[in-house]
Amino acid sequence: MADKPKIAFYWCASCGGCEEAVVDLAEDILSVVSAVDIVLWPVAMDFKKADIEAMPDGSIAASLINGAIRTSEQEEFVRLLRKKSGAVISFGSCACTGGIPSLANQFEKERILSYVYEQAPSVINELKTRPQLESKGDEGHSLELPAFREMVRPLDEVIKVDYYLPGCPPTPKLIKEAVTALLTGKLPPAGSTLAPDTALCEECPRKDSKPADLAISEFKMPSGAVIDPEKCMLAQGFICMGPATRGGCEALCIKGNMPCTGCFGPTSRVKDQGAKMLSCVASSAAGKEDAEIDKTLAGIPDPVGTFYRYGLAKCRLRGKADRVPGKGVRQKA
Amino acid sequence: MTKEQKRGGVPLPLTHVDGTVPTLIKTRKRDEWQPRIVAFFCNWCTYTAADLAGVSRMKYAPNARVIRVMCSGRVDPQFILEAFAKGADGVLMGGCHPGDCHYSEGNYKALRRAKLLKRFLKDMCVEEDRFRLEWISGAEGEKVKLVIDEMVEKVRKLGPLNLPGRFADWDSEISVLEEKICAKEEKEGAAHHG
Repeated sequence: MADKPKIAFYWCASCGGCEEAVVDLAEDILSVVSAVDIVLWPVAMDFKKADIEAMPDGSIAASLINGAIRTSEQEEFVRLLRKKSGAVISFGSCACTGGIPSLANQFEKERILSYVYEQAPSVINELKTRPQLESKGDEGHSLELPAFREMVRPLDEVIKVDYYLPGCPPTPKLIKEAVTALLTGKLPPAGSTLAPDTALCEECPRKDSKPADLAISEFKMPSGAVIDPEKCMLAQGFICMGPATRGGCEALCIKGNMPCTGCFGPTSRVKDQGAKMLSCVASSAAGKEDAEIDKTLAGIPDPVGTFYRYGLAKCRLRGKADRVPGKGVRQKA
Repeated sequence: MTKEQKRGGVPLPLTHVDGTVPTLIKTRKRDEWQPRIVAFFCNWCTYTAADLAGVSRMKYAPNARVIRVMCSGRVDPQFILEAFAKGADGVLMGGCHPGDCHYSEGNYKALRRAKLLKRFLKDMCVEEDRFRLEWISGAEGEKVKLVIDEMVEKVRKLGPLNLPGRFADWDSEISVLEEKICAKEEKEGAAHHG
C-alpha cells in the first residue's frame, strides 16, 4: 500500500456527473484502483478533512478536483489539497471554466439568496429566515456555516492548477489517458489541457457537409425543429459550438444528433470562448440590412446562456458588471 | 542650463503671457477621472478620417486611444471584452460605409457582430453607450470629431466602468480567507518549532 501513489478526488459546486464519469471507467477502474491508493473520495469513501490535514505536504501524487468554487468551505478544502498534492487536476467543465453553476454570475448574491429563501413560489418563509454564518443552538453551542460567495469561480482562480481535464463530464477515454499519464509520469508541460488542441469541427463526422459560407438565415432551437442526422448543424441553423470548442469528446453529442453546447471549453488559442462563438455565429449569419440582421439574430434569444453555457466564469467580463462594489463583498471568511 | 533646455525642449507654459491659465491645464486635474475610450479604426476609411481630422487641426476630446486594424471585420468581440476588462470605459469601432469595404464584406460582419455583442453587453449590465459602431469614410474627418466628442460626453455621464477595480473588489472576499489560512499555518508552524 505504502508504495502506491496517492490520489484524492474532491467535489465542489458540481452535479456529481464527474464522479459518475470516474465510475464510467467500468472494468478499467479496477486497474486504476489497484495501481493507486485513494486517500479521499467523499462520494464513495469515508475519509475526513482531518485525515488529509494529518498527511505531510506534497504527499498526495495528484488531486482530481471537480466543480466550481462558490463557498468558503470549498476554498478552504482546495487550498488544503493544493498544499498536500504534487499535482492538481482541474476535472470537468465546472472546475475548468465555471460550468453551468457559473451562469449564476448573471445575478448578484443578494438576488439569488432573496429568491431562494423568500420569493420562490415553493417557499414559505414569513420570518424571512436565512442561513447565518454563525448561530447559537438551543443548548448554547455555536454552529458555523460556510460563506456563500459573491460569484462563482473556476478552480484556477483560487489555487494553482497543473492540468485541466475538460468536459461535462470528461470522457472515460480522456480520464484513462490522464490517469495513465499520471502513473507513468509522461505528462505534458504544466498548465496543459489533457485533450486535443483542435476545434471539435476537426473530428466531427459531419465536417464535410459544412459549406464554406454558412449564410444562416434562420436560427432554430433543437426543441422546435427536426434535425437532419447527416448535415452540419450550423448549416441547418442550429447553434453548434463546435467551431469555438475544443475537441476530444469524439463528437458525442453530434453522434446523438444534438448540437455541441461547448462543454470542453476553448482551445489554447482562444481566450474567451463565448465571444469567439458569438463572432463566428454573427459573421456566418445572412443579411446586410439592419432589419434583416435583426430578424435573423432574434433567433438567438439568450446570447449569454447560449455562448457561455459552460464558461461564464471565464468570460473576460467574469459576470454581470453592475454588482454594487463593496456591498456584501468584504464578509467574514 | 535647465533640464528642458538641455533636452532641447521648451517647458510647457503654465500661464499665458497675459497671466491667464490655459483652459487645458485649468480643467484637467491630475487625479480627476477621464473617460478612456479604445477606438478600433479601419485602415482604409475611419483611420484615414482620423488622420484627416488631425491634419485639418480639428480639436476633439483627447480620450480615444486609436488602434488601427485593417478592417472593422478584423475586430474580434474578444478584443472588445478584453478592452473593457483591462479598464476601458468605452469601446468605439469605426469602419467603411456599407458597400465601401476594401474587402467587400468585412463591415457587414462587423455590423452583425456588433448587434449581437450589444445584446450580450446589455445582458451583462454594461451600459449601451459604452459600445458604439460608426461608419466613417476617409473624407469625414468632421464625423470623427463629432462621434468621439459625443461618445466621450456620454461615457463621462455614465462614469467609470473600472472593471479591473471591480474584479479586485469581488476577489477581496477570497483573499480574506487566504490571509486567515496563511496566518493559521504560520502560527502552527511557530508552535511546532517552539
